[in-house]
Amino acid sequence: MKLLEVKKLTKSFGGLMAVSNVSMVIDKGELVGLIGPNGAGKTTVFNLITGMYSPSSGTITLFDGEQGKPIQGQKPNKICNAGVARTFQNIRLFRDLTVLDNVRIAMHRSVKYRLLSCFVHSPGYRSEEQRIIDESIELLKIFNLDGKKDELARNLPYGEQRHLEIARALASRPKLLLLDEPAAGMNPAETAQLSEIIRKVRKLFNLTILLIEHDMSLVMKICERIYVLDFGSVIANGSPDEIKSNERVITAYLGEDAIDA
Amino acid sequence: MDQFVQQIINGISLGSIYALIALGYTMVYGIIKLINFAHCDVYMLGAYIGYFCMTILHLDVIPSLLIAMMLCTVVGVLIEKIAYKPLRNATRIAVLITAIGVSLFLEYGTMYFVSAQVRTFPPRIVKSMSAGIKLGNINVTYMQLMIVGVTVLLMVLLQFTVKKTRIGKAMRAVSLDVDAAELMGINVDTTISFTFALGSALAGAAGVLVGLYYNSINPLMGMLPGLKAFVAAVFGGIGIIPGAMIGGYFIGMVETFVSGYGYSMYRDAVVFAILILILIIKPAGLLGRNVREKV
Amino acid sequence: MSKGFNKKAFIKTLALLLAFSVVQLLIRFNIISYYYQDILARVCINIILAVSLNLITGFTGQFSLGHAGFMSIGAYTCALIIERVPTVYGFIAGVILGALLAAFAGFLVGLPTLRLKGDYLAIATLGLSEIIRILFINLDSITNGAAGLYLQRRFVNWFWLYLFTVSTVVLISNFVRSSHGRACISIREDEIAAEAVGINTTKYKVIAFMIGSFFAGVAGAVYASYNYFIEPNLFNFSKSIDILVVVVLGGLGSISGSIMAATVLELISSFLQSVAAIRMVLYAVLLILIMLFRPGGLMGSRELSVAMLTELRKKAIAWLKAMPARAVHAVRSIAKGSGKPGDKSAGKGRVDG
Ligand SMILES: Nc1ncnc2c1ncn2[C@@H]1O[C@H](COP(=O)(O)OP(=O)(O)O)[C@@H](O)[C@H]1O
Ligand SMILES: [Mg+2]
Repeated sequence: MKLLEVKKLTKSFGGLMAVSNVSMVIDKGELVGLIGPNGAGKTTVFNLITGMYSPSSGTITLFDGEQGKPIQGQKPNKICNAGVARTFQNIRLFRDLTVLDNVRIAMHRSVKYRLLSCFVHSPGYRSEEQRIIDESIELLKIFNLDGKKDELARNLPYGEQRHLEIARALASRPKLLLLDEPAAGMNPAETAQLSEIIRKVRKLFNLTILLIEHDMSLVMKICERIYVLDFGSVIANGSPDEIKSNERVITAYLGEDAIDA
Repeated sequence: MDQFVQQIINGISLGSIYALIALGYTMVYGIIKLINFAHCDVYMLGAYIGYFCMTILHLDVIPSLLIAMMLCTVVGVLIEKIAYKPLRNATRIAVLITAIGVSLFLEYGTMYFVSAQVRTFPPRIVKSMSAGIKLGNINVTYMQLMIVGVTVLLMVLLQFTVKKTRIGKAMRAVSLDVDAAELMGINVDTTISFTFALGSALAGAAGVLVGLYYNSINPLMGMLPGLKAFVAAVFGGIGIIPGAMIGGYFIGMVETFVSGYGYSMYRDAVVFAILILILIIKPAGLLGRNVREKV
Repeated sequence: MSKGFNKKAFIKTLALLLAFSVVQLLIRFNIISYYYQDILARVCINIILAVSLNLITGFTGQFSLGHAGFMSIGAYTCALIIERVPTVYGFIAGVILGALLAAFAGFLVGLPTLRLKGDYLAIATLGLSEIIRILFINLDSITNGAAGLYLQRRFVNWFWLYLFTVSTVVLISNFVRSSHGRACISIREDEIAAEAVGINTTKYKVIAFMIGSFFAGVAGAVYASYNYFIEPNLFNFSKSIDILVVVVLGGLGSISGSIMAATVLELISSFLQSVAAIRMVLYAVLLILIMLFRPGGLMGSRELSVAMLTELRKKAIAWLKAMPARAVHAVRSIAKGSGKPGDKSAGKGRVDG
């Protein structure tokens, strides 16, 4: 069953075609990789899907059961609330807020009390706040961050910042999670830990995941299907094995050593 | 019809002043993305320096103008070095608050030394300047001719500096991309100081001219014209030098016409309304291009 | 959670009532003289203004230079109502209506201008408050123009001042600690990330502007009734700057910081009243120094708390304890001629945190 369908998506910046005529389909429950050399347009695809940019042309459809809804050009917060969450290639945490606050803010979508009741902190308000805290801590536990809930995000080590960003994305309870180079800058042990976590949250939250990653061993290990982007266009699409042996991909991008990996 | 032409002449004179001040805002903003609130006070200082040159030193208009420009240059560079440079990597809001602080400091520091009293220029000079040429019912004073003449001359010099000289090229490079400019071996600090120097010199000239034109100066005289000149810079597209000139003349015209046709009480409000409209309709200004932040 | 008795809230309420009663008694028995009552009133009004601007600028990160404009709407509304209904009910109606109208103005200002960022927003709010001021000057059939409005009676007393100040502080603190308040804070921290986690940034900016303006309106209304007299030029750019100085000094995002700064600055300026120029120069130097050395303001975005005080005390004690060592060290290094390479005692005496 389809969850996301991108059709003929194009985005140009001035004369530069960052994304041109990209079409892709992601089914519910899949873990799909999006790879390609630097500057291929991967992050731009994410920015288009999440509404950070509006496309020059093309459509993006998010499915809820059989029902498809176009989301291209909508505001990021609308798209997030429709069930698409993301992380950023260059981490964008609320650096001067605590770990707990980072997650709590992203739970905003599920908050039940109304604007006026937060001025007086009514009993209903208090139990709702408690629920938010409890659920945030539950979420942090998955990433082993519950012990650091009161630390400022900026003071976390790099790897944990990446984890926190994923936790924050999950706090909005998305159907589709977009991860932009989550393993960038991690050592092999950390990368292994990350792939474990991705596996775990995928099951736990019944997620569909689209993943940009440069670490080929990670991509080949966990992705079920891969799209390859080069100069803004999709040049290949298939299972890891198919991608590994695809001539075009090899010449355009992977190179000799990646095949050995 | 005569009145219409007269208004246009008055508008051009006023617009020249706004354009001179707006250039300083726009150059500084273009290069370090800062609304230099203190700029309007450099203009005020220019007026006072001109005033003291003419009253105490008994100098003529042109020498006073040159001295004012020189001293204002020094002040502008000092402001940059002392207050803004240490904040090069601070948040925008911190720099903006500092700029407001510097502005208040200059205004009330001046007020402390010269008192809040409104001063007028020596009658001999004012008289000679307010004479003029009469064409039917239309009156063009020497003062107006001088304002326009000085402004055009300074603008030509500025364009030459920015377009043709080495330091002008450095200015343009820094305003495009500070880091890249630095990598290309441009001395960014010098370039920024030079930008402040240029802007302050123009503001100093504007100060003397306005002081003479309205024949009234006080320590807070910079606030309102400063804001309007800023509106002019935004109107033309902030960071763009020709934009500031166009904006200056436009605001000058609008203001003159609004007061000329009997709504002088609302002339400031109209300028601010223009600001808000332009910010909503085309925040990048007349000559600017909209860019969205890169994610 | 049990619905039972909330001890903390009870103690807080008790402390607030006690503070009120003590001051009330001191005023009643003339121990707080008229001069100090006046300072007290100004402090209260400044607290309302600073805390409300802090919501907009400190918590939500939207730089506003037009707070005095919203204040003036509250002031004129209240004054005009009191003129027609010179009773305490008129006053209350004036405060409420003034605050609502100010909030509405905040809404109008907010909607179109909030697409602007940082400096542009600052200039736009400045322009709008100037427009409001010019309108008040020119609508002289209603506002009596630049000459201003005189009121016959004062309805504001310590009770009302205290009520409005405490309510403002409590309501705004409650707001910023709620999920909606956190949404505002996330905009300050990183607007793009906030959008990405589902925060409607435009909506929350407008909400912050409306709440902030609402309380600025309250402050204006209270001020009008307290001061007997208002004129458009009381609400000019300088007034907005005054409020901003308080917020910046206290700390962008710290309510207790705003309260302390409002108090301290009001005391300073009452002592410097005769030399207005010096006061402003002092403000200016203060602004520049804070931005150079402590850009977050004195308190940063932290709140005054017991834990903070304890920590401060610990630091102070450690510092004092280290004094002898430091002194000895200083004497020694002077005796030896300091700064010799390989001087092992160097830095030993430095215990301060
Ligand atoms: N906001 C923008 N303005 C101009 N060019 C951009 C912008 N965003 C991305 N680009 C350009 O689009 C191309 C693709 O970038 P990106 O999507 O970040 O690549 P990738 O994530 O695959 O490394 C690059 O050439 C980049 O410089
Ligand atoms: Mg990328």
